Amino acid sequence: MSDIAHHDPVLPSVAAEPSRGGIWRNLAVWGLLPSWLLMGFALLVPIIIIAAVSFATRGAYGGFDWGFNLAGYRQILFNEGWTGELEFTPQYMVIILRTLLLAGTTTLLCLLMAVPVAYYIANQPRHLKTILVYLVTLPFWISMILRIYAWMIILGRHGPMPRLLELFGAPGGLSFMYNDGATLAAMVYTYMPLMVLPVFASIEKLDGTLIEAAHDLYGNRWITLRRVILPLTAPGIAAGAILVFVPALGAVLEPTLMGGGKQMMMGSLIQLQFGGGRNWPFGAAIAMTLLIFVTIVLILIARRAAMREVTT
Amino acid sequence: MSDRNDVKRYPGLGALSLLFFVYLYAPLAVVVVYSFNENRITGVWTQFSTKWYASALQNDALMDALKTSLIVAVTATVIATTIALSAALAIIRGRDLRFRRVSETVVNLPLLLPEIVLAVATLILFSLIGLQNGMLKLIIAHSAFCTPFAFLPIRARLQGMSLDFEEAASDLYASRLTVFRRVTLPLILPGLFSGAMLAFLISMDDFITSNMLSSGGTTTLPVYIFSLIRAGTSPELNAIATMLILASLILATIALLVASRGERDHE
Repeated sequence: MSDIAHHDPVLPSVAAEPSRGGIWRNLAVWGLLPSWLLMGFALLVPIIIIAAVSFATRGAYGGFDWGFNLAGYRQILFNEGWTGELEFTPQYMVIILRTLLLAGTTTLLCLLMAVPVAYYIANQPRHLKTILVYLVTLPFWISMILRIYAWMIILGRHGPMPRLLELFGAPGGLSFMYNDGATLAAMVYTYMPLMVLPVFASIEKLDGTLIEAAHDLYGNRWITLRRVILPLTAPGIAAGAILVFVPALGAVLEPTLMGGGKQMMMGSLIQLQFGGGRNWPFGAAIAMTLLIFVTIVLILIARRAAMREVTT
Repeated sequence: MSDRNDVKRYPGLGALSLLFFVYLYAPLAVVVVYSFNENRITGVWTQFSTKWYASALQNDALMDALKTSLIVAVTATVIATTIALSAALAIIRGRDLRFRRVSETVVNLPLLLPEIVLAVATLILFSLIGLQNGMLKLIIAHSAFCTPFAFLPIRARLQGMSLDFEEAASDLYASRLTVFRRVTLPLILPGLFSGAMLAFLISMDDFITSNMLSSGGTTTLPVYIFSLIRAGTSPELNAIATMLILASLILATIALLVASRGERDHE
């Protein structure tokens, strides 16, 4: 195309093409240099280091000594006795399973609430739609610690939730805090906007005539939902699932504040290992395990979404 | 739309959505209401009072934490927005597609990885290179995870923008710097502004990284609030929370308004 431009002076718009390169030449390299430097220093290098530390030896006075051993990973499953014998301990496996279970349940509950609400918003008149989307987004920008704190009040002793249940005959002075249910309540609440927005975005793009066609072919509302609406919103659901599941896997504040320290998740376990200088290689090993989970989820969901896109 | 036989209508969705919005905002309202409770015990209402606001505003530790948070957030926002702007220009205007794709993933990486992993990873790095300055540690880490939040609105704005204005200016012999200053910058200003606001909010709200990196003199606001929560719910804490919730709501509203006005300009 640029050949023609050079030979043919009557095509000024095409001839102007090279000037585009003129203004912006080398911009890609120089413009991206600062981000590569920052992300390299504050992100990529630290990830490589933490991978290395997960294979290091625990230091005598906290910290670690470089080396290669699997003690950090072994500790996830086994407890090492005084004489070096290995004894299976389920406590960290319980934490890993709890993490997967709570993050999965959170994603599912968010999805169950998000789909009908997103569908409702998408079918509103334009002006109202803008306002409702804004109302969904807004809580996300409030500090997470404060949104969790609100649930500590609601579920805690003398809080609105126990009070409400007292009206229905529950005994007084109840508290719903410090268990997995409380952690789950806070997680669903804090990650909800991240699910509604992408699901809404893909429902909004839905072609209304397809729904009408489904009805013309005698599909009732339920069949239409299952066979038309949900498959067509799969990309939005996949995006929402990633946006909720990934941070939910790494949740720290919810289990720490709502679970009360004993009902730990992987995130709070990692924090604990680095908090009092306890066991860095073990903490790093848990962090790497978490990173592997996240990578698997990203690949799985991305691949399934891609498959759906091809098949529908 | 209100036609009962409309096939796109599902019965009960309106009521369900109303419940959803109550669910979204009621917990915040609870904090606000209890912040005006005169009683020391959060759940037991005695009478309306604003005394906890007075005591919150006189709390020196709170003000110190606020100052630390503001210094970190403002500095990190400036760094993150500058880097994001330069990255967005390069990614939208650059030529090498593969390099641009990889770079975009790298810029957005903080959004894909669990924050706790990044937090402990930076902690290890800083302890290895012996970086002692608490403020500097916070600023570097915050700049990194704020960058994608500044990047996305700027990128969205740039993507919808025609190259014609910049080309016209450069055809009229404006230098590259002049083109950028007089044409590009004013056009992307809404994206730049909302990106900066969002980066600022994310930095102000951060707990996980700040808690990991903070030391004696550099307690940020969320880290301080965490220590208050650990000590138990209190009406003063409710007053602090209410003020912060209000501040976040106002800033986020401004940022979102500017961003949506920017989008409308494109249409």
